[in-house]
Amino acid sequence: MKARNRELFGLLPVSLLVTAGFTAVLITRSRDINKVTVTYGLVFLGACLFAHIFIRARLPDADPYMFPLVALLAAFGLVEIYRISPHRALGQAVWFGVGLGLFCATIVFLRDHRRLERYRYTIAVVGIALLLAPRVPGIGRVTNGAYLSIGIGPIQFQPAEVSKIAIIIFLASYLNEVRDVLVQGRLPRLSLKHLGPLLVIWGAAMLMLIFIRDLGSAIMFYGAFLAVLYVATNRLSLVLPGLALFVGGSAFLANHITHVHDRVEAWLHPFRPDLVDGKAYQIAQSVFAQADGGLFGQGFGQSLLEVTKGHPIIPAAHTDVIYAVIVDELGLFGGTAILVIALLFVARGFKAATMATEGFSTLLAAGLTAVFALQVFVIVGGVTRVIPLTGVTLPFVSYGGSSIVANFILVALLLVISDRARRDPGRVRGGLV
Amino acid sequence: MNLQIGRLFGLFVVLFGVLVFFTSRWTVFDARSLQDNAHNRRPLLKAQRIPRGLILADDGTHLTANRHVGSGETLRYYRSYPTGSLFSHAVGYSFVSRGSAGIEKAYNRELTGQENEFKSLIDQLGGGTKAGDDLHSTLDPRAQRVALSALGGQRGSIVALDPRTGAIKVMASLPDYNPNDIPARYAQLNSDTSSPLFNRATQARYPPGSTFKVVTAAAAIDSGRYTPDSVISGRNNKIISGVPLQNFGGADYGPISLTDALTHSVNTVFGEVGEKLGKHTMFKYMKRFGFGSRLGLDYPTEEISPSGVFSGRRLLGTSDSVDVGRVAIGQERLQVTPLQMAMVAAAIGNGGRLMQPRLVDSVTKPDGGLRSRNFPSLRSTVMSSRTASELAGMMGKVVQEGTGTAAALSGIQVAGKTGTAEVTNGVNQAWFIAFAPVTNPRVAIAATVERTSGEGGTVAAPIAKQVLQVLLGGSGG
Repeated sequence: MKARNRELFGLLPVSLLVTAGFTAVLITRSRDINKVTVTYGLVFLGACLFAHIFIRARLPDADPYMFPLVALLAAFGLVEIYRISPHRALGQAVWFGVGLGLFCATIVFLRDHRRLERYRYTIAVVGIALLLAPRVPGIGRVTNGAYLSIGIGPIQFQPAEVSKIAIIIFLASYLNEVRDVLVQGRLPRLSLKHLGPLLVIWGAAMLMLIFIRDLGSAIMFYGAFLAVLYVATNRLSLVLPGLALFVGGSAFLANHITHVHDRVEAWLHPFRPDLVDGKAYQIAQSVFAQADGGLFGQGFGQSLLEVTKGHPIIPAAHTDVIYAVIVDELGLFGGTAILVIALLFVARGFKAATMATEGFSTLLAAGLTAVFALQVFVIVGGVTRVIPLTGVTLPFVSYGGSSIVANFILVALLLVISDRARRDPGRVRGGLV
Repeated sequence: MNLQIGRLFGLFVVLFGVLVFFTSRWTVFDARSLQDNAHNRRPLLKAQRIPRGLILADDGTHLTANRHVGSGETLRYYRSYPTGSLFSHAVGYSFVSRGSAGIEKAYNRELTGQENEFKSLIDQLGGGTKAGDDLHSTLDPRAQRVALSALGGQRGSIVALDPRTGAIKVMASLPDYNPNDIPARYAQLNSDTSSPLFNRATQARYPPGSTFKVVTAAAAIDSGRYTPDSVISGRNNKIISGVPLQNFGGADYGPISLTDALTHSVNTVFGEVGEKLGKHTMFKYMKRFGFGSRLGLDYPTEEISPSGVFSGRRLLGTSDSVDVGRVAIGQERLQVTPLQMAMVAAAIGNGGRLMQPRLVDSVTKPDGGLRSRNFPSLRSTVMSSRTASELAGMMGKVVQEGTGTAAALSGIQVAGKTGTAEVTNGVNQAWFIAFAPVTNPRVAIAATVERTSGEGGTVAAPIAKQVLQVLLGGSGG
């Protein structure tokens, strides 16, 4: 089967999930919702089909599984958001369309991703500026004590989502260039010249903790940096001290930045009487919701979301803790399905990285994939109490425009890299795909 | 660089494995304890979304009802109690704002239809609405009404059960409350000094007085050390455990048979018997009667107190220093619940075989089909049937010619024992325990009144009589 036909075939489960999910929600909540809302599902499926045709035309050799996997994650998210609030599902379907628009634009205008190398310092500056924008008075907004979004008028935007791509582009390009130096230097003789950039990035991560007060974002960015560093140099003697510095630094800061400290306390003692109805309310409720899910969940539309009309039992059910709602309705199996889909996407991303012909492409694909995987780990880990809960979105599943748009650009970049790698006949070595 | 990418992927597989592991921790391994977590309001909120199963009396009277408010996602069911305060303590209550108590609490899983998760999954796929299972209790509204009016507003408690099956017919405790008032008046009821929320039938620890002598008599005869005809000195001021013991009213008896000693409730006889039997034998028989345990009743364990010899809140055992001669006559630090004393009477009445007490007979599905049944089961063999029948004869004489004549029924022989424990000067805990008819009894009962100036024979026996009458005179069991 040709790659693009595989892709089309891969969209079948997506349409099945959307149809079944919308039907189930409609049946269980028929009294509360308007039948017109079913069209949101059709809008979504139409957008998927359009994207497929677009990829067929522009990137005929790109990885055939990435887009169906992304669409499957988005379908889970859309059905769940539709279940939480039909009104928001329209927003999500529209954002999906906008995301696809930017996805297409990226593919059309970028053509060759290697052009990005030329602008790497500009991109890095933009990335860091975006990251710090929420601290700018006037446009910065505080969410639960963390500086994660900017707002201009009614439009809210989480700049970290876009910033992560910019910073990965910079890191891939920079590390590709200094890679030889880092690989050759022996540890006793590694000078400040080698370690300098490393320390700068570590410092930046610590500053992120101080300025935006979000441990999740810091783990995501710094973890992606360590991943790219490892892929570029294969030197654990650089990665492990880097990891130790981060753990030590964030442990120190967690005790000195109130907001981060609160999150850690809530993570460690969610049921302590003084926390359970206060600072640990969200994580405690998230765990209670999962306990209700059991193995198979309660079914679409069956979970308990509101204490009374308009009073949600879990705050931010459609964004931060959407994974808990999915586990509540679809059980351990549903939650594992989300994680397996995300992991398969990660596998495809790394596959693209290994097939790429030159250093920058490999590092860029590996970095983008790593940052995606880390984002999933940070938010699902937060919701399941593996690490403290922080305000990162679950890519393609959570409600939110900036997250969808940014992750679509990420997927577009991966597809462009993959298309180029597979088109080069010298690199296709009769592998599986 | 491909090797590093492969290893990096391996790391992410491990990290995602950790996520799956933690998800399974919350959804499967720790799910039950999370659902039982006191801070988790979900079980209660969820329970409101389905009609809770009904609780019915043994004659089919509805002891609970549901009313619903709202529709669709906001549909909520609320509990109400059509019989008001009739079975306040036994049935209890269930409200999201105030939690639950009584049978409502003990059978919450059945009433909310969640005892079979797989079943409910199929129900959901089939599109059927979920509903709780109904409980068919053993409670008898007619006898309960008589019991409450017989207490006549005095603080106290009555427990009556069928000794053959352990089915509890009456569980009265005064002061009581109207469960319909719980949402609005809980704080007031909870702080009321007369403790209306407290189930005296299962939780109150009263001194048993002379009713306990039947336990001593059972141990004496069943151990083979004494017979009903054994003659023992009933002298007043006999030295028991090194201290002179007085009979009621200072009465002085000469050598007297064990039977006559029970008829006239002679302290010094039973004090000597208890001392001679010793702590180990006495505690062995007490344990067989259920002392020291929560009696295995299908009722919330936190609403049941064990009976026994207490030091403060600690239950004493054979290794503790106890004046067993005074335990034998219901003094010392002996404290008992009315339920326990009703079970003492039931064990003797049922030929020494103590049946497991229970409040619910069967659980039925919303479609009427049987879900499960609490069949009568033997809890313990307390004594031989011969001991039991000898003891029944002795207790028969108590009602015929002794301290319990006020409980005599015309045409039906009653076996009983009175008890009067002085709490403070002139203030007594009055008791009467009984079963009837003497041969093949259908009812066993314990009645007690708090802080009365009267005695067991004059205050508690007439109350027990009224309840026995209605339970025996009715359908005939």
